[in-house]
Amino acid sequence: MPVITSLIAGLLFGLGLILSGMTNPEKVIGFLDISGQWDPSLMLVMLGALLVSFFAFRHAKNREKSLLNEAIKLPTAQKIDRRLLIGSLLFGAGWGLAGYCPGPALSSLLSGDLAPVVFVLAMLAGMGLHEVMERRR
Amino acid sequence: MIDWLAFTPWTSLAGGVLIGIAVSVFILFNGRISGISGILGGLLSPVKSELGWRLAFLGGLIASPLLYALVTDLPEVEIKAGFWQLILAGLLVGIGTRYGSGCTSGHGICGIARLSPRSIAATVSFMLAGMLVVFFMRHVFGA
Repeated sequence: MPVITSLIAGLLFGLGLILSGMTNPEKVIGFLDISGQWDPSLMLVMLGALLVSFFAFRHAKNREKSLLNEAIKLPTAQKIDRRLLIGSLLFGAGWGLAGYCPGPALSSLLSGDLAPVVFVLAMLAGMGLHEVMERRR
Repeated sequence: MIDWLAFTPWTSLAGGVLIGIAVSVFILFNGRISGISGILGGLLSPVKSELGWRLAFLGGLIASPLLYALVTDLPEVEIKAGFWQLILAGLLVGIGTRYGSGCTSGHGICGIARLSPRSIAATVSFMLAGMLVVFFMRHVFGA
């Protein structure tokens, strides 16, 4: 059962990304281009998502088990540290460079374009590199 | 200046609501945060009991354009990045999201919805970095 709801969540997430226009890298870059012709669409994507999920998280916060009796795992880290900020800055730089973040890149894999495939392979390599660095620490 | 021709308030808001429903389903039923980089990155040090839901979520995400295309045409996309630009961007996104524990979905949506100061700091950071890179790319180097 958790696998089925997981699949549904993934499908809905992907449909939302496509409908919202976020699978179009130039549209994402148009949002990041605040000094040029600015496309605020991404703000509305976040707004729409936040309006709904805010209530879901508020509900989940006070429970220990999900509706399927799975443990509810919310992040516990509190500290705003160097890792968080440096990692986010690196991610943002890569995001601006090509206009892809992980979600839209994955839901563009089957679009027929080669670009998301190249991007996702490089992203996996980057994640692998991080994994190797962490194991050495 | 706002680019009114490119701005798609209604479809973007509706898409956002769909994403919000997906996030809600995942936290209420599976008890998990919909952080794409975390769900994907978790496969690199796999825990057997988590393999099923991780692959199912990613499978749904990857299959979503097929379902979308059954109903209506997929929207046109424009990709300007060349091969090496995509490679560098992918590496940065891969390392950065893992090092910073999240991306646009985990920090930008789930984290902000939980009013987490950490995620708000992360979101401000990656948006600023993205804006800076786009500024240099478009207005300084004119790519």
